[in-house]
Amino acid sequence: MAAPAILTPADIEAWIRLMAQAFEANMERLSQLDAALGDGDHGTSMVRSFRAIIAKLDAAPPPPDIASLLRLAGMTLLSVSGGATGPLFGTIFLEAGKQAQGKSQIDLAGVAAMMNAASAGVMARGGAQPGDKTMVDALAPAAEALARASAEGLDLATALAQASAAALAGAQATAAMPATKGRARYLGERSRGHEDAGAHSVALIIDVLAQVAAQPQAGSTTTNKGEH
Amino acid sequence: MPGLRNPTKERDEAMKMKKLINDPFAVSDELVDGFMAAYGADLIRLEGMNVLVKKGFPRLGRVGVVVGGGSGHEPLFIGYVGHNMADAVVEGQIFAAPSPDLSYAAAHAVNGGAGVLFLYNNYAGDRLNFDMGAEMAKADGIDVRTVLVWDDVASGPPDQPQLRRGTAADVFVIHIAGAAAESGAGIDEVVRLTEKARDNSRSIGVALSSCTLPATGKATFEIGDDEMEVGMGLHGEAGVQRTTLRSADETARMMLPLLLKDLPFKRGDTVNLLINGYGSTTLMEMYIMNRAYHRLLAEEGISVHRTEIGNFCTTQEMAGCSLTLLRLDDELMKLVDAPASCPAYTRF
Repeated sequence: MAAPAILTPADIEAWIRLMAQAFEANMERLSQLDAALGDGDHGTSMVRSFRAIIAKLDAAPPPPDIASLLRLAGMTLLSVSGGATGPLFGTIFLEAGKQAQGKSQIDLAGVAAMMNAASAGVMARGGAQPGDKTMVDALAPAAEALARASAEGLDLATALAQASAAALAGAQATAAMPATKGRARYLGERSRGHEDAGAHSVALIIDVLAQVAAQPQAGSTTTNKGEH
Repeated sequence: MPGLRNPTKERDEAMKMKKLINDPFAVSDELVDGFMAAYGADLIRLEGMNVLVKKGFPRLGRVGVVVGGGSGHEPLFIGYVGHNMADAVVEGQIFAAPSPDLSYAAAHAVNGGAGVLFLYNNYAGDRLNFDMGAEMAKADGIDVRTVLVWDDVASGPPDQPQLRRGTAADVFVIHIAGAAAESGAGIDEVVRLTEKARDNSRSIGVALSSCTLPATGKATFEIGDDEMEVGMGLHGEAGVQRTTLRSADETARMMLPLLLKDLPFKRGDTVNLLINGYGSTTLMEMYIMNRAYHRLLAEEGISVHRTEIGNFCTTQEMAGCSLTLLRLDDELMKLVDAPASCPAYTRF
């Protein structure tokens, strides 16, 4: 049975739950990355936020539509993460959610629009451009890869796999860049050689979405927790 | 939350740090509980939030002034809600910006249909979070404006004030914003006067020792027993000059010119002067520094209208103090002379 051409609300909920698992599995690694350049709490911050998101999903019948699910994730990240993480990661899901308004399912063009809105939103909010050694260095390439795949008429699963690869490559490329934003910029040249933790979180988020899209049916769980 | 913390290790760290706290992760919530028990008669705490609002708000037709930032700098900002001062305060976790849902709720709580001013210190995390809260409030039709305080001359060049950090000038700027709003000025006028107060304020500090964070028990920076650092930031950000400890008079002579040349303050100017203790520096030391500053300013032909000395904007138990000068003209003087009454600051 072929992977589906669309994402349903059940797929989006599965994505959120798998992201929570992936952040639990990668918490130490993300905090270590962040400790080199910041105050080392990025991993715990994402875990705390996703635990709060899951608690909300479990506490009441989950919102039935994609836009509301994404908004729930975004608003929770906003109020729980703290620091710069809340507004920046919250923006990803809030902007994606706006694109999904009124839609009961999303095709590749829709996913590309969501990722594009997320990328533009994060750049507008944080002021970072590609090359600044931030989460944008994973998010922008992923959005571009999706736009290309959509234009080429590829299937959803392949497109998201390409986006995931682009995000990971982008995150790894941040190692060579000097930091210009956030606390890390005070380290100047000493920030080279360390990858940006936020970029890795973005790569993780997109990788998990690619896993969901690759499943033959909506909502099935996977044993691969997406460790990088 | 289970799995994220090591309670035994935390208790050990907390004991080394020697503070009177309970759960280090609950300090912000508990300090607000205690503050409300002391000073909450005229305040309302928004449900489930560390947001305090004056009773009787919103007031129809009246500009609302919201201040806030990370906790850990008490009495900043929590102590500055009061008469001719702020109307609401938004408290983040220790040294962390308050999340957008808090400033969004505060904007609604003080919105009398005449506009809301967000007034806070210039730090990237604060800007990100307050900007988002402002956007959310604007989407609901509230006219939210923002004025950032960026008085610290050590953290950026004079021609790029937007790179500078906000510090103890908050006391004067909040007072002027609050008095302007209370006098019935419209939002454009409140913004103009607040920006003017901000633009005429300059500060510089000297740090003698670090502080420890409740959640980690760790010092925020390293400094030698016989050293001091001029221009160090409120969170331990690097300053402009680290030297061995000097006398009070020598330190004042080092620091004052850095302020005077920055505005620049000139012969014939009238200023308000504020000495702010970072937390563990004694009043004795601050009075002695004040003696030096008054003498040096007299030599420069700059007259001091009012002097304020105390712990207005602290950083836990950090040692050191800062100097703030606010250049006055007639309209700023009238506002900063308005009687003020709030837990951190009462003047007649």
